[in-house]
Amino acid sequence: MAETLLKVAGLQAWYGESHILHGVDFEIRRGELVTLLGRNGAGKTTTLRSIMGILGKRTGSIAFDGKETIGLPSDLIARLGIAYCPEERGIFSSLNVDENLRLPPVVKPGGLSIEEIYKLFPNLLERRTSQGTKLSGGEQQMLAIGRILRTGANLLLLDEPTEGLAPVIVQRIGEIIRQLKSRGFTILLVEQNFHFAATVADRHYVMEDGRVIDTVASSDVQQSIGKLQSYLGV
Amino acid sequence: MFELLGIAPQALFGQLLLGLINGAFYAMLSLGLAVIFGMLNVINFTHGAQYMMGAFAAWLLLGLLDVPFWASLVIAPIIVGLFGIVIEKLLLKRIYHLDHLYGFLLTFGLALVIEGLFQWKWGSSGAPYPNPIPGGTNLGFMFLPTYRGFVVVAALVICLATWYGIERTKLGAYLRAATENPTLVRAFGINVPRLITLTYGLGVALAALAGVLAAPIQQVSALMGVNLVLVVFAVVVIGGMGSIMGSIVTGFGLGLIEGLTKVFYPPASNTVIFVVMALVLLIKPAGLFGQTK
Repeated sequence: MAETLLKVAGLQAWYGESHILHGVDFEIRRGELVTLLGRNGAGKTTTLRSIMGILGKRTGSIAFDGKETIGLPSDLIARLGIAYCPEERGIFSSLNVDENLRLPPVVKPGGLSIEEIYKLFPNLLERRTSQGTKLSGGEQQMLAIGRILRTGANLLLLDEPTEGLAPVIVQRIGEIIRQLKSRGFTILLVEQNFHFAATVADRHYVMEDGRVIDTVASSDVQQSIGKLQSYLGV
Repeated sequence: MFELLGIAPQALFGQLLLGLINGAFYAMLSLGLAVIFGMLNVINFTHGAQYMMGAFAAWLLLGLLDVPFWASLVIAPIIVGLFGIVIEKLLLKRIYHLDHLYGFLLTFGLALVIEGLFQWKWGSSGAPYPNPIPGGTNLGFMFLPTYRGFVVVAALVICLATWYGIERTKLGAYLRAATENPTLVRAFGINVPRLITLTYGLGVALAALAGVLAAPIQQVSALMGVNLVLVVFAVVVIGGMGSIMGSIVTGFGLGLIEGLTKVFYPPASNTVIFVVMALVLLIKPAGLFGQTK
């Protein structure tokens, strides 16, 4: 069994005065693809933002590759090799596609080259000089994923990459996520779309009220489908 | 044609040149303000004082150390830019999370303190700075002093270089991205606080560079930035807060409008820029080149 890459223990986090995470515990092994499932407001996005260090106050422990990151600013966390693709995608309107793609600095060797990324997302190559926010939703999502593949980060945090996209695009993103896994990336995926998540992940953590309340291995999904549906309220 | 309008061509072109020179300073100063505002969200009311410090730095370098104008053109902005970095690290960075009003109060207060100190040490009456390129050319329709021509060209080069640096380079891409979403840029591994400090230093150095260029034209005095900065703020408002090209075009354009007003209706020349500002705000509140957020 592969070693643990990320270990979150007793993580609590706040947005201003509101206490969102009440002790989150989970871990991801190197090369795994793990999802956080849960209803709106369960704390999935907040967990990703806490790992990335872009939240005001957090306590507990987040160890990446054996190194404690709970006290680090987000730029140093990124330099350890964690990359983040936010739910709102965060494409910069004052940058063109190519500039958006080249923006995140390379933090480690082993990332994809620009050519490889354009090969993975041929649409982006065609529109490389367009303003970033002029792209379609699906293209923006591909750009948001593509730009973090160059940096050499080995842990990717993907926040709802399929949200609001047409089924054919969702399928394409699923293929890409599987490809990334086979290339050795470790991925933590937040999803509302359980059916999508079930097709790509090794394991699912279920979150509720700022805690992880259950773990389901992908191989057990069929047996646990009733339980999962009650968790997610679908 | 000139006879028809009843205006001598010498007067017209003379005022146009003057307008172009004023416009050059408006452009350089509003450019620094735009860069600072875009990144720090602070309206830098210390800009006029920092412009004055640039002129003083050149004057003191010449008087005390015999440093020639051309060397001061590089050294003075570095000195004043470093001063700006200290100000940002000590004071400004503590107020970014507060309302704009605090940034205004802090930078305005700083300007008063700095100008007060210079006035106390060197008095209010100006000191002359020798013209580094005396002489001029008779163009037939007007006389062009060489140094003034140089200032217009230098300002254009400085403005375009700044525009290029921001719009076409990697560092500029970081700046533009961090202006939009500093949190995300930081989460990509870029040290955004350092980028902000650097931006302020560069904006202040630009003001100081304008100050050095102004020294041979104007008297070097503690209050030389006070009136100028008022006009420059009007330029920034007209051009659109935070727009780089807007600052450059508006700066030169308003200098020319001011010059033309001096020819055709001199009494209005001091107010014309503010009239334009009022009109622009009525029709396009975000400014000519600004985008509503």
